[in-house]
Amino acid sequence: MALTRKETGFIVEEGSIRLLTDLRRGGPPRLLENLCEAVKKSEGNRVYLDLSNLKRLDSLGGSLLAELSVRGHVAGKQLRFTGVSEEVEKGLSRYYFPSPELRVPSQKFKILDELGQKIVEFWESVGDLVLLISESIYWSIIALWRADGHRKGAVEAQALAIGVGALPVVATISFLVGLVLALQSAAQLRQFGANIFVADLIAISMTREMGPLMTAILLAGRSGSAIAAEIATMQVNEEIDALRTMGLNPIRYVVVPKVWGIILTAPLLSIMATVIGIAGGFIIGVTSLDLSPQAFLAEAVGSLQLLDIISGTVKSLVFAVLIVILAAYYGFRVKGGPEGVGRVTTTSVVVSIFAVIVADAILGLLFYL
Amino acid sequence: MSDPVQNNGKEPLASVVNLKAAYGDHVVLDDVSLDITEGEILVILGNSGCGKTTLLKHFIGLKQPSEGHVKLFGDDWWSLDEPEREAAIQKIGVLFQYGALLGSRTLAANVAVPLEQHTNLSDEVISRIVGLKLRQVGLQGSEKLLPSELSGGMRKRAGLARALALDPPLVFCDEPSAGLDPATTYLLDKLLLDLRTNLGLTLVIVTHETASIKRIADRIAFLDEGKLVFTGNLKEAMSSGIEPVEQFFHVAGAVT
Repeated sequence: MALTRKETGFIVEEGSIRLLTDLRRGGPPRLLENLCEAVKKSEGNRVYLDLSNLKRLDSLGGSLLAELSVRGHVAGKQLRFTGVSEEVEKGLSRYYFPSPELRVPSQKFKILDELGQKIVEFWESVGDLVLLISESIYWSIIALWRADGHRKGAVEAQALAIGVGALPVVATISFLVGLVLALQSAAQLRQFGANIFVADLIAISMTREMGPLMTAILLAGRSGSAIAAEIATMQVNEEIDALRTMGLNPIRYVVVPKVWGIILTAPLLSIMATVIGIAGGFIIGVTSLDLSPQAFLAEAVGSLQLLDIISGTVKSLVFAVLIVILAAYYGFRVKGGPEGVGRVTTTSVVVSIFAVIVADAILGLLFYL
Repeated sequence: MSDPVQNNGKEPLASVVNLKAAYGDHVVLDDVSLDITEGEILVILGNSGCGKTTLLKHFIGLKQPSEGHVKLFGDDWWSLDEPEREAAIQKIGVLFQYGALLGSRTLAANVAVPLEQHTNLSDEVISRIVGLKLRQVGLQGSEKLLPSELSGGMRKRAGLARALALDPPLVFCDEPSAGLDPATTYLLDKLLLDLRTNLGLTLVIVTHETASIKRIADRIAFLDEGKLVFTGNLKEAMSSGIEPVEQFFHVAGAVT
């Protein structure tokens, strides 16, 4: 035999197998597999296992013996114990249950079952989303002339929290984006002596793309996460249920003020981001590209068309609504306790940034095809 | 089924009839019928996972039954149209397990929510009512506190104040004593009894706190694995001969 006695933990004798280890912590590695081999190899269908070296038997050892017994039974061998001390007998009565049903079934899932379930879940979640979108839009429009569904001043409070609160970060980021855009494009354009076109490039790209997009990504990270976490927490704390039992519609009370708060402020933020981004480009243009301020401004303003401004504004509105609705959707979907809140918050940010970029691509095609 | 608190010919304030509820294949409530009589304190009892909270959610309109009916003040919840349901919902108050106060708003603002929503009262009158409700539950002077600044017992009392804001005749409480120490539980029970006496409330309380049951229950409805196995008063419950009921009081009695 390749293994020494010490390594296997047992010895095969005439007519029986004698355990050499006490089974605390389950004995040496692969003890069960090696014992099982020995049991299968032994002659006759009764196998005697000598437990006289055991001082006591704990739940680990008891379960190991039970598993051995079940495996032996499958191979047509009956396991019998000999040399059982009083202490070990106690352990056997407490922990030795060689019944197959005590084994936790392994998670062998059926692929088709799983797939079907996923598809059903997906359709249900699509249904929920459509319902939430339609209800939110319906009640947001109703709110224009019936403000009784939410608290007085809630829209203003949300506009402050979502819009005004985001001012510093949106301003800083778009300034830097404008700056970097100008630096990077200047390096290329300078080779052709086309420095002045930096102004066109900055003006058009900030207005059409970067202004609305950077604003939306910051709003998704800053306000989308806050909205998802707030609604999820309310759901977990039964506050949403409490609203319902007070005769309040949670969508009207919680979601609608946020929809209006973001619709009112996101386009303004986006316009501000655009202007500040252009200012960033302007600084680079004037300081390191030898452009005169007048020429830069004239070129920038002259390059913009009305469609650019409209498309930027429309984009920022669409992004804003996407962010609120997706955040609310994931907030309402929360499962479990506080850890669920963290999970849906993360998901909502990832999904809304994704949705914003997809929507940006679609709108870009629609406007300029 | 025995029903010792006689209806005295009165219509029940609320009832469920042959209620069945299921999550997927898992049946939570099976053919449950239960009346709530005006003026009583009905305790819904049972071991964890027996469907107590689900039953409560059906009574307060948060869940629609898969089969059977839920009646509130004589009308079927789910055959009411939107304005009728809104009127009905103003006649019930609900105290949730942990108060369910809006975390971002002060106590006064929380208690004011139903008043702002369902009345045309001016802010001055509303703040007067809020002061009154907070005094009723012993929280006078705490108007400006946020829910996070309160202890568990205070949060529940604040939740109760909010539930009472529109003077509902019927109040549901989901495990009011959960997470409270015995002394606070005692005070909360006493508050509920006082409110019943002073305001003529009908109370439905979900709990499994035996000390509490002994103090407040007029009638007990015992759920076991989704079935209503017993209704009656405490004395009858102790000697009902129904196994899960006697076991509940036996085991619980041994530790209290």
